[in-house]
Amino acid sequence: MRLEYFQMIDKVLALDLEARTLKSANVVPEQSPIFEGHFPGHPLLPGVLLFEIMAQSCGMLLLRLHNFDRMAFLASVDKGKLRTFVTPGQTIEVHAELVHDGSGYARLKAEGRVEGKLVCNAEVTLKTMPFPAPELRGYLLSTAERIGMPMACPDTDGAAAPLGKLAHV
Amino acid sequence: MSSTFDTVANIIAETCDIPRENITPDSHAIDDLGIDSLDFLDIAFAIDKAFGIKLPLEQWTQEVNEGKATTEQYFVLKNLCARIDELIAAKSA
Repeated sequence: MRLEYFQMIDKVLALDLEARTLKSANVVPEQSPIFEGHFPGHPLLPGVLLFEIMAQSCGMLLLRLHNFDRMAFLASVDKGKLRTFVTPGQTIEVHAELVHDGSGYARLKAEGRVEGKLVCNAEVTLKTMPFPAPELRGYLLSTAERIGMPMACPDTDGAAAPLGKLAHV
Repeated sequence: MSSTFDTVANIIAETCDIPRENITPDSHAIDDLGIDSLDFLDIAFAIDKAFGIKLPLEQWTQEVNEGKATTEQYFVLKNLCARIDELIAAKSA
């Protein structure tokens, strides 16, 4: 996790295109200027960043399902719960699931766990639209590579299909 | 259409906290009820779920932006419900 760059996801642990789910690992850094103010002597990952972590996992899932041909922007967070403190050095595993893929928006559910214990959960609405800038798509594709996003899947013959031929939603 | 309208009106009332009696078939979702685009996403989600359809919001927005359609065609509730009925019929055809 590189907080200063808003790079929350460290690794994709699992991707299920049929179930439309993604599991990610998000490691809270041991050191960050954020912890100097939040809070002195009692460093905690800010709750808004837990929502960001869930939103990014939802977003990467949706981008992958859409074959990275559309961008997803956070529109709303519903029923958000911050259940316990998250501290430096902990790893948050986020499970994201696509609930509904609408026209120009998508609704997803996400939950974060530390060592199996639920620490946060929310329903996330993402607005989707064509990429507003080509470099943004390039950046997200490089991010996908960095976090180990599986970019091919078995086709009907059991062989890996190239990214451009996927159509799961 | 009447049962479609009742469902849609109830969704709007619940989602946007608008008194049910203020919502009529001639209400314009944006101009009369003050529903913004973010709230309409929640409404669209509830409508999609309730009727098992996918409102083509992007297409409608594009048509309005390009001057090919008016907002009244899609966002006056009786017209919205007619579109929903068409989508339901197309689904079961």
